[in-house]
Amino acid sequence: MLELRNLTVKKDGKSIVKNVNLHVNRGEVHVLLGVNGSGKTTLAQAIMGIYPYKGNIFFEGKNIDSLSVWERARLGITLAFQEPARFEGLLVKDYLILSAKEKSMENVKLAIKTVGIPYSILFEEIGENLSGGERKRVELAAVLLMNPKLAILDEPDSGVDILSFSLISDVILRMKSHNSSVLLITHSEDMANVGDKATILCEGKVAITGERNKVKNMFKYSPCPLKR
Amino acid sequence: MDELIKKEYENLVKYYEASGGNSKALISDNYASIVINGNHVLAKNSTKGIVIETKKIEDGVYARILIKKGHKAKNPVHLCFGMLPREGKQIIRSEIIAEEGSSVKFIAHCIFPNATHIKHIMKSKVIVGRNAKVEYEETHFHGKSGGVRVIPTTFARVEEGGEYNSSFLLRSGRAGYIDIDYEVHLASCAQSMLISKIHGMGEDEIRARESIYLEGEHSSGVVKTRMALRERAKSEVVGKTIGMAAYARGHVDCTEIIMDEARAEASPVVAAYHPLAKVTHEAAIGSVDKKQLLTLMTRGLTQEEAIDVIVSGLLK
Ligand SMILES: Nc1ncnc2c1ncn2[C@@H]1O[C@H](COP(=O)(O)OP(=O)(O)OP(=O)(O)O)[C@@H](O)[C@H]1O
Ligand SMILES: [Mg+2]
Repeated sequence: MLELRNLTVKKDGKSIVKNVNLHVNRGEVHVLLGVNGSGKTTLAQAIMGIYPYKGNIFFEGKNIDSLSVWERARLGITLAFQEPARFEGLLVKDYLILSAKEKSMENVKLAIKTVGIPYSILFEEIGENLSGGERKRVELAAVLLMNPKLAILDEPDSGVDILSFSLISDVILRMKSHNSSVLLITHSEDMANVGDKATILCEGKVAITGERNKVKNMFKYSPCPLKR
Repeated sequence: MDELIKKEYENLVKYYEASGGNSKALISDNYASIVINGNHVLAKNSTKGIVIETKKIEDGVYARILIKKGHKAKNPVHLCFGMLPREGKQIIRSEIIAEEGSSVKFIAHCIFPNATHIKHIMKSKVIVGRNAKVEYEETHFHGKSGGVRVIPTTFARVEEGGEYNSSFLLRSGRAGYIDIDYEVHLASCAQSMLISKIHGMGEDEIRARESIYLEGEHSSGVVKTRMALRERAKSEVVGKTIGMAAYARGHVDCTEIIMDEARAEASPVVAAYHPLAKVTHEAAIGSVDKKQLLTLMTRGLTQEEAIDVIVSGLLK
């Protein structure tokens, strides 16, 4: 479904992601682990087409290197930012409608119920009036409504209360049940348990990739095994 | 109505509807209204609590609108000012007097759909009595050529406990040349909010000077400006609140998005002449926010579509 070959991303002349090879299968939840600054966000955004990179990205067998962000989105790839943007004058409901593949209020209502936000928030602006956690839930609802083939979720659980952990994993499992793939970036062990496979990124390089429990245990023992 | 006036009226109302006006309200006895094309008053309607008088002046019309003491208007007053020809000059002098305890909302549309050389001058005086409330919402539609010069000036005085809110909106068509000059004086416990939301393109030029004088204790005022400029459009905005009494609160808030070769200048001015007054400001000018743009593009919107969503949100 998604294949990264020798992906290298430079920012201001400095390599942040180095020679990454990675495979995510259809319907797979793949957890990306790594300490702060290890390059997870940079890698996620490069897949989305936000940063230029060296190497190749294949999606459903097709090379997508020359495609822009929105062209990748229309192929079925989307990303939820670690810190989602706020928009003056744009109502939550209008934002969700423009994100939705099937544009109906019914779907929108269903999505906000799934992510656990009250109906009244639909009529609020996506401005400073929403709390950080609410904003992240709105983003998750938008991703859900896109019905993507690959959802890249950059720390959907950070800044969201513990109670809603189960909600977020429900959302991820729901996408999986629709045969969507999820690339999940998280620092939380509980959250990582929804994964099938996992990869540790360490100073921009893949330290290990494989079955979730194995990788998770390794991460606990040595979060950046390549570091000397 | 004689035939010619009827025709003129129908033509104007067609554009009025297209720019979002409610034409049913113009003919209903439940709504106070005025319809002016050039210097012709095509229709006017007073209601029980709202008395409208008009008089022809050179190149325009004088209108006096009185809201009687204690009258709380259930329906908004509809105003439709326009000029259908391509060239000409229109002067509207208006006086709005809201007597003590009254409340009213105005919905005004200014329509110049075919303008290539039109000058529209609006000189308003607004008196808001004690504990009275006036809302004035003005939407402009200038057509596509940019050949309109709009010069609105307002002097408003708000007495104790009164409220005056005004908004100037231009969100479709060209701006042309706009030069806004509003001045509001607030007595104690009075409040005011001045909002302008304008987009510009081509060679459009937009100037706005909006000042609120917080003269009475506990008065409060906000000047809020939102602009989106493309191509070679230019703007110059001065928003001002002056705190002159104890516990007066003022705030100036200006956000502008500029694209292409557009240029914007914003000067928020805050002044306090009393140690217990407090006035604040924020101003931001820049291109479309990158994060907002990327977020919408990850949802599958093209860059152009994403800019439209962001700009119309800002001007909403
Ligand atoms: N414009 C830039 N120029 C140079 N270095 C940068 C730039 N932007 C980010 N970096 C560096 O790239 C590294 C990786 O950042 P990234 O945000 O991808 O990490 P992350 O794994 O997502 O971290 P976190 O867990 O804190 O979210 C960091 O060391 C950061 O300082
Ligand atoms: Mg990150």
